[in-house]
Amino acid sequence: MAYVAVKGGERAIEAAHAWLAEERRGDPALPELSLAQIEAQLGLAVDRVMAEGACHDRGLAALAIKQARGDLIEAAFLLRAYRTTLPRFGASLPVETEAMRVRRRISATYKELPGGQVLGPTFDYTHRLLDFALAAEGGVPASAPEAPAGELSMPRVTGLLAQEGLMAPEQPSEAEPRDLTREPLDFPAERPLRLQALARGDEGFLLSLGYSTQRGYGNAHPFVGEIRMGAVMVEFEPPELGFPIDLGEITVTECQMVNQFAGSKTEPPQFTRGYGLVFGQGERKAMTMALVDRALRAAELGEPVEAPAQDQEFVLYHCDNVEATGFVEHLKLPHYVDFQSELEKIRLLRREAGGE
Amino acid sequence: MMMQAARRRWMGVLARADADAIAARLAEAPALPRHVRLRGPETGLVMTRGRQGGDGAPFNLGEMTVTRCSVRLADGPVGHAYVAGRDARQAELAAVIDAALQDPARHKALLAVVIEPLAEAQAARAAREAAKAAATRVEFFTMATMR
Repeated sequence: MAYVAVKGGERAIEAAHAWLAEERRGDPALPELSLAQIEAQLGLAVDRVMAEGACHDRGLAALAIKQARGDLIEAAFLLRAYRTTLPRFGASLPVETEAMRVRRRISATYKELPGGQVLGPTFDYTHRLLDFALAAEGGVPASAPEAPAGELSMPRVTGLLAQEGLMAPEQPSEAEPRDLTREPLDFPAERPLRLQALARGDEGFLLSLGYSTQRGYGNAHPFVGEIRMGAVMVEFEPPELGFPIDLGEITVTECQMVNQFAGSKTEPPQFTRGYGLVFGQGERKAMTMALVDRALRAAELGEPVEAPAQDQEFVLYHCDNVEATGFVEHLKLPHYVDFQSELEKIRLLRREAGGE
Repeated sequence: MMMQAARRRWMGVLARADADAIAARLAEAPALPRHVRLRGPETGLVMTRGRQGGDGAPFNLGEMTVTRCSVRLADGPVGHAYVAGRDARQAELAAVIDAALQDPARHKALLAVVIEPLAEAQAARAAREAAKAAATRVEFFTMATMR
């Protein structure tokens, strides 16, 4: 009897997956989406899947998006699963974001700063009106204007504040960071581990938490010291060579959030920073990561830990959308035996309640 | 040391060039001897790191795909390549050229015919992007005179 049910289940699953494939393709009279099209024209979706999939590969992220029919959490899940099939060659040197080839760089704290404010390809200042010209298709936009770039250095805003002694400096360190993909989280989690979790965390979840800190759940007074987006070189030292080599460039977005700090017994009043860094062009995610990073530093800075965004266990255990999906969606799996015992218990309780 | 700096440069140029571009340049250069694969090409992952606050302790940002290859030319030198992405052909071509560039007899011609044109194309792309970024630089003329 049980065996027959399993066979039946297999056929049903095969049929369901065949239908899924048909639905994924959609109307066969329409041209099929290519990975190159997804990579080029849905670039921010690709970036988000790389960030939350914690694996930088634009082509694989585009494939995951196609396979997942545009479900970006499913796509991040596919990318995470694929990465487990590849060997790890090692770890890169930390990327130098100060040397970034900048496509965008803005500061909300300084109007004029060395290197200037560079808007880059941004949605800011668009009117958020649907553009029906895009629905018509066929148009190739004119090339964006160009201007002499000159020789520009773009020092960090946090560096400018640090020169005046107004910004708490980061302690120089080359400590080998712990790796979430190799060992489970435990608490208290040190900041490098927290940043790894936040970098791959769900943008929506972190956005809401970051927002909550602004609305009073965590007492934050943040300013965007700087956001920069562009290409950074990734260097890696292969053991057989014994010197670092350049693997190429990747695009990242970095946010330095500047926050008040009243000072403590040992520290003078100064600014402190929250830090966000994500793969690709992901400004909202980088900002929100910086807000939550700062909130999670509450204990270290001697501030009261009262709000959800300041609670390491709450944030770090729940920010991963692949893990969260796994546990929420497992509720769909057969729980027939569990539920049978619940049914019997409820019936018993009802009998007792009614019978006495 | 000089050699190491030069080698780091050409490896970086090859890591940024796609296989077709490398092959097109290589076709213009004197033919290379056959090579044997010592390892790969194989794709794996490198854990990319950042620093907290941009300049503090390192943290793991996320992995990236990287393809590596090591080859030996029939007449001796060994070449290595590690390139971002999953292009096996690019990695193998880069390893072959890395081997050949270490051979003083071939170095000059290969540098001129393969590496320099690729480097120029990459610099031109970067300059174009920098020029587009510069066109979006905000100028605070009014603000400056108001102050």
